[in-house]
Amino acid sequence: MRTFLARHWYAYAMALPVVVVVGVLVLLPLAQGLYFTFTDINEANIANPALERRASYEFVGLDNYVKVLTRGESYGAFWSTLARTLIWTSGCVLAHYCLGLGLALLLNRPMRFRGLYRVLLILPWAVPPFISVFAWRYLFNSQFGVVNQALDGLGLPTPVWLGQSDLALLSVMVINIWLGVPFMMVTLLGGLQSIPGELYEAAEMDGATAWQRFRDVTLPGLRSVSSTLVLLGVIWTFNLFHVIFLTTGQNPHTRILVTYAFERFFSGGTRDYAVASTYGALILSLLLVFVTIYRRATRRQGEVW
Amino acid sequence: MSVDAAALRSARGETRAAPTAARRGQRSRLASIGLHGALVTASAVAVFPILWVLVTSFKPDTRAVSPTPRLLDESTVDNYVDVLSGARGDFLAWFGNSVTIAGLSTLVGVFVSATTGYAVSRFRFPGRRGLMLTFLVTQMFPFAVLIVPLHNILLALGLLGQPLGLVLVYCTTTVPFCTLMLREHFDAVPTDIDEAGRVDGLSPFGVFWRLVLPLARPGLAVTAFYSFLTAWGEVAFASAFLSVADDSKTLSVGLQVFVQQNRAEWGHLAAASVLVALPAVVVFYLVQRFLVGGLTGGAVKG
Repeated sequence: MRTFLARHWYAYAMALPVVVVVGVLVLLPLAQGLYFTFTDINEANIANPALERRASYEFVGLDNYVKVLTRGESYGAFWSTLARTLIWTSGCVLAHYCLGLGLALLLNRPMRFRGLYRVLLILPWAVPPFISVFAWRYLFNSQFGVVNQALDGLGLPTPVWLGQSDLALLSVMVINIWLGVPFMMVTLLGGLQSIPGELYEAAEMDGATAWQRFRDVTLPGLRSVSSTLVLLGVIWTFNLFHVIFLTTGQNPHTRILVTYAFERFFSGGTRDYAVASTYGALILSLLLVFVTIYRRATRRQGEVW
Repeated sequence: MSVDAAALRSARGETRAAPTAARRGQRSRLASIGLHGALVTASAVAVFPILWVLVTSFKPDTRAVSPTPRLLDESTVDNYVDVLSGARGDFLAWFGNSVTIAGLSTLVGVFVSATTGYAVSRFRFPGRRGLMLTFLVTQMFPFAVLIVPLHNILLALGLLGQPLGLVLVYCTTTVPFCTLMLREHFDAVPTDIDEAGRVDGLSPFGVFWRLVLPLARPGLAVTAFYSFLTAWGEVAFASAFLSVADDSKTLSVGLQVFVQQNRAEWGHLAAASVLVALPAVVVFYLVQRFLVGGLTGGAVKG
């Protein structure tokens, strides 16, 4: 024991601050949050020192989970919200990846104005996201928005983009895709530039067509960075809150799991903390399952992680 | 010149079967038109929304919602004057709050996580893998699972509605994230330097403080910048935990009041947006080259 401490003393001392912070601010609250999912905690029975009120919530077992999974609309219509979340996540990540890869491939060629294109294309990443979301809300406005002005000019119908229909989901997805492509593009460009040029030359010598070179050299060369990007993209998009919240607020047509959790936590009279926590726990378990499967699948393909 | 070279290379691959000079020339021009066409279109899509905010920021609110938008429409700098003078909400207070909260979160995040990033990078100690895994897993925490307990803690500490409370909350994301990023940057500093320091009689902490930390300064800057941006743009916790008083809001919450149900001050919102975005964009372009490597690198190596 003594030699053990003597050997690792410095390491533990240096790791201590983060361990304390993560323990107190992340793991402890996590445990508490998971416990709350088995109680009926809400704004009326939470401990509030300012009002000199003690906590009076009670243990209710799996009640919250049963309600969320079976009660439908009054508890956020879990299954259809989950389906919408999956559409939102897969649509956004797929578009991010494909557009990002396409632009990275274009930018990876030597040509004139390359630096300028790069600077312009990463602008959506540079602007604080809540600013861009307001800009898009302005563009998508049904009466004075430029999008509808352009459609009108072309003689096309001018729908209400951010209203009570599935068009709202499409709109927030467009906004989020616009926001996320630059990051994918820049990262994939870095990946492309790390593929050795000799591989392309060798493929060309063997008479490979452009498509074959893309499929057999570029894609395998990008596999490692791609698998990380897709994993991160799915986690981020699944949990992405601000785009939907700032664009359409509590519109049920753009409701995904995290925005509903926030609605339950924060909306007016019904601050149901237990249901909000239950949604949080369900989101976390879904993501953990996804990450486990994903890592197993990528590892089978010979990936390091 | 370089355009032709690129197009030539791609054309060579495609026309290998019948490489006549005339066809190759034609293709290269077509390919280069296609290439630049695609990039110009994409750039236009990327820039237009931001450009339009800039255009709108000079219009009066009544012209900003005109059904026939024009580039210039009674444009003045009145919106900027109003926003800065606080005539439409306490913009300068929001700005100050955002700077304070994001700045403090960054400071705490980088300061607390630097030693741990170094320990994880250099020492092989029992529990190291578990620690790294915890940092990774916290990256996928939905805020929804922490928002109630954190609300509870802030309530108990009397920090609900206080900027300091929000700083504590942001540490839940910045500390694990900064540790991952910094570890990556410490990995890039050769271990020979540590050994040389030890040979010269420095303690492990001395090596970290006097040798490695100064060498990793660019990494520290990038990490700081990134966590600053994260806190700067955060919406959910800021909306939930700050008090409703106008002068306690951050920018991401405050700007929402310009366009609520009975208020649609798009011109003023646009002007405020430009004021918020401009410094962010400038700094972003200065450091963006360093952002990408650290970001994916930190995530890849668990």
